[in-house]
Amino acid sequence: MTGEIRELWVYLAASPLLGLTLTLLAYQAAHALYLKLGSHPLANPVALAVALIVALLTLTGTPYAVYFDGAQFVHFLLGPATVALAVPLYAQLPRLKQLFGPSMLALLAGSVVSVLSVWWIAQALGAEPRTLLSLAPKSVTTPIAMGISEKIGGLPSLTAILVILTGIVGAVIGPALLKATGTRDPAVTGFAIGMSAHGIGTARAFQLGETAGAFSALAMGLNGVVTAIVVPLIARWLS
Amino acid sequence: MLASLTLLLVLQLIGEVLVQWLGLPVPGPVVGMALLFAALMIRRDTPAPLRETANTLLQHLSLLFVPAGAGIMVHASLLAREWLPTLTAVVLSCAITLLLTAAVLRLGARGR
Repeated sequence: MTGEIRELWVYLAASPLLGLTLTLLAYQAAHALYLKLGSHPLANPVALAVALIVALLTLTGTPYAVYFDGAQFVHFLLGPATVALAVPLYAQLPRLKQLFGPSMLALLAGSVVSVLSVWWIAQALGAEPRTLLSLAPKSVTTPIAMGISEKIGGLPSLTAILVILTGIVGAVIGPALLKATGTRDPAVTGFAIGMSAHGIGTARAFQLGETAGAFSALAMGLNGVVTAIVVPLIARWLS
Repeated sequence: MLASLTLLLVLQLIGEVLVQWLGLPVPGPVVGMALLFAALMIRRDTPAPLRETANTLLQHLSLLFVPAGAGIMVHASLLAREWLPTLTAVVLSCAITLLLTAAVLRLGARGR
């Protein structure tokens, strides 16, 4: 980069404008590419946008903290968006009442198995104990997972990355895997995606339809509560 | 739009306060979601402006995960060292959770 451009970049990077604008531009570019590729699940918009931003920050030598100074305004909206999930959820109330018992069973089974499976597989493949602790809450929404990770001695910021990775994986493989194994009911599809892939999965489930999205939101919320209780118990037992 | 957005923030705030007071194991926004759900159940209907605001926010839910996702650059070296066990565990565990949850729910919902 020439001196003048570098100076300008340093000047702009000092204000939140750059991080915020970069996030919106990268996401829209990623979303446009996703649509151009026929909404192929592998072209996940979150993964594409993150790749674009990381490449740009690395090339310009901009630290993540400087970027996040601006990007935090987008990050902040996760809070009200989580509250807003109650709206599609309420729209599914009749279906919800009907599936209440089986949902609770699926919730418990899915939550425990999610933690145990990721722990055992990573341990068998030689991951460090601190990585295991950071991985354990991977299937729940970022703020809950970071809180759990901190409580059990993991690295909260590493957990945030692993949670997002899990979300992307679930969004990519979830719909196809469930369809291939004969799941036709959108409520079941949504619930399973929300259990395994929290908010990113829920974003994907809404693309499948209102019912799948609402049940994914439900599973994500419930799994957050159950996992917050289950992980510390399992972590104490296993480590 | 403005009133609905305010409502969402107020519920999130009440959620945060309850979490601090009662020492709940979940974050404030999730408690806020439960509160809004309870309020809608009592009211028995969703006001149109709230529905619009919620739709707007949720339409690009993926966008909201991008800033935290870019944090991957902070842990690049750790992930470079342990990418194989980590990625394998995440993918397999995710698939197992998906299949098991769907199977239990389908089994339980049969005949309803």
